[in-house]
Amino acid sequence: MKKLLTGALVLALPMLAAGTARADGELNIFNWGNYTNPALIEKFEKAYNVKVTLADYDSNDSMLAKIKAGGHGYDIVVPSDYMVKVMIDEGLLLETKPSSMSNFKNMTKQWQEVYFDKGRNYSVPWQWGTTGVTVNTKTYGGDINTWAVVFNPPEELKGKINVVPEMNDVINAALFYKGFPHCNTDKAQMKIVSDMLVEAKKTWLSMEYGNVERFGKEDIHAGVNWNGASMRARLANPNVAYGYPKEGLATWMDNVVVLKDAKNAENAKLFQNFIMDPENAAMISDFAKYANGIDGSEKFMPAEFANAPEIKAPSWYKAEFIPPCGQDVNELYTKIWTNLMK
Amino acid sequence: MTATRAIALAGDAAARDAARRVTRNRWLLLAPAVTIITLAAAGPILIVLVYSFLEKGNYAGVIWNFSSEAWFNVFLERGMFDDVVSFADAHLSIFLRSLRLAVMATAMAFVVGFPTAYFIATRPARTRNIWLFLITIPFWTNLLIRTFAIMEILRNEGVINVVLGWLHIVDEPIQMLYTDFAIAVGLLYVYLPLMVLPLYASIEKLDFRLVEAGYDLYANRWKVLRHVILPLVRPGIIAGSILVFIPALGAYVTPRVLGGGLNMMLGNLIEFQFGQGRNWPLGSAISLTLMALVMVALLIYVRATTGREARHG
Repeated sequence: MKKLLTGALVLALPMLAAGTARADGELNIFNWGNYTNPALIEKFEKAYNVKVTLADYDSNDSMLAKIKAGGHGYDIVVPSDYMVKVMIDEGLLLETKPSSMSNFKNMTKQWQEVYFDKGRNYSVPWQWGTTGVTVNTKTYGGDINTWAVVFNPPEELKGKINVVPEMNDVINAALFYKGFPHCNTDKAQMKIVSDMLVEAKKTWLSMEYGNVERFGKEDIHAGVNWNGASMRARLANPNVAYGYPKEGLATWMDNVVVLKDAKNAENAKLFQNFIMDPENAAMISDFAKYANGIDGSEKFMPAEFANAPEIKAPSWYKAEFIPPCGQDVNELYTKIWTNLMK
Repeated sequence: MTATRAIALAGDAAARDAARRVTRNRWLLLAPAVTIITLAAAGPILIVLVYSFLEKGNYAGVIWNFSSEAWFNVFLERGMFDDVVSFADAHLSIFLRSLRLAVMATAMAFVVGFPTAYFIATRPARTRNIWLFLITIPFWTNLLIRTFAIMEILRNEGVINVVLGWLHIVDEPIQMLYTDFAIAVGLLYVYLPLMVLPLYASIEKLDFRLVEAGYDLYANRWKVLRHVILPLVRPGIIAGSILVFIPALGAYVTPRVLGGGLNMMLGNLIEFQFGQGRNWPLGSAISLTLMALVMVALLIYVRATTGREARHG
């Protein structure tokens, strides 16, 4: 519901702006739902006299399907790390050379060299985070830094768990939990993972994306979740905490890229440069509560943010992207997933 | 003589011309509908059919090579962990769940819809339109919004549980959301008007003198309902059931929102193949299978019901 309302609001904003000033151009952004700060869009519109239209999606793959089907009219999409790689390989992206843009110097060193876009010729970080677990600590007082809270849950949490319906995130988490390698085609290992998921699912209440409100209202008490969503839930309900599973957890990064068939490529490039400005990057994080990968943005954010337990990872944690797996892996994962959801 | 003959011939020609004009006009008037149906219905189905016989692309999309693998995968599967070929158990389970929920929703819609339609049809002509108008009100709001509204009613801290809590009927909230019950209620609510309207149309035409005749012949109310009213309004029952059953079988939003995404229905399975499954040919093949099944079900249903009517005659 919230996603819908935000969507409507964001769509309405450009119309208001258009009333006061005539836009020089347009920019059509296709981003994840409940993820874009309306104030950021407004600021961009004012600065460049551009009318922005925003639409949203809920998974990398539904976005990819829409882009591949064509006729979408979008200029910018915000794929996750591995999906950037897929889209570059598929020839769907415009080489905008963010590395030579004026604000590129602000990008954190660590993110300037990433496997999915070597040399940053296509993409600019939007936000990055981790996929871990969220637990209501009033309901369960034990150790939350383990995948066991969702895959082998304690009595208190049974029937109160929400797992995001992302095939890759869930199977990757299960592989971490079992200590198996990623992009796995080992049938014996994958059978263990599949059986474990089928067993665990019996203790799950739902498999939904939007869960900030539901953690807040204690409809759900544990789940596979992203750190920023977990932080937003904590702001709504102080009992909610984010766990970093000691078995390992994945890092992800969503990136702003420009589509090859973009009609407003120049405006899209302006937007890529715009969000590498620390002050603007801070606005992104302020809304969705994830880190943004731009140095100096912390100056424009409250100190609590940088030190928040969801943002400040424990010292043992090392960022690890999971690359896209091959077609045979995807086929096996798909079968496991369909069987899980049957 | 020749003159009259000429006149007669001319008359014939004129009649033929007129007939031709009528035919031409008929076709001209039909043309927009035929064009739209061809382009908007047959066209996409053809594309889906073609896609179902192609190879899947590495990351979504299709490769233009002929392949029947998608069709193989609809019904059969190679074991995940061994290479034994067996029936596609997952697909079958999802299909059976969809079928069960669609039948449930149709039956519930009939049970709730029949008295409603009967009530409306037996009101004075003046007030009937107001009642009908009330039935259509839910259509004014978007389906997604209506589904979220039901979610607010059913959730643990929703209207029903709060009221039951106040009345001290339950201590712990009843888990209604994310169950098959929630999906069935959602489907019932969404498709109820599609049952009521055709039923109303049938009942309104009902000759109530026949009902009275039934009573005169010492039938009790149940017998009148079973042997007089229901057979006479059968066309409405058939139309209503078909209108509810078909969209319920392919429903996507309602099971996803109210079912909590735990179990797929056919609509979700198809969406999954076009999304995370990255298998457009399989998605196409499953949607065509769904269409074929609906058609077969319809044929059986219509055949069975008209057969019975013929015997009555």
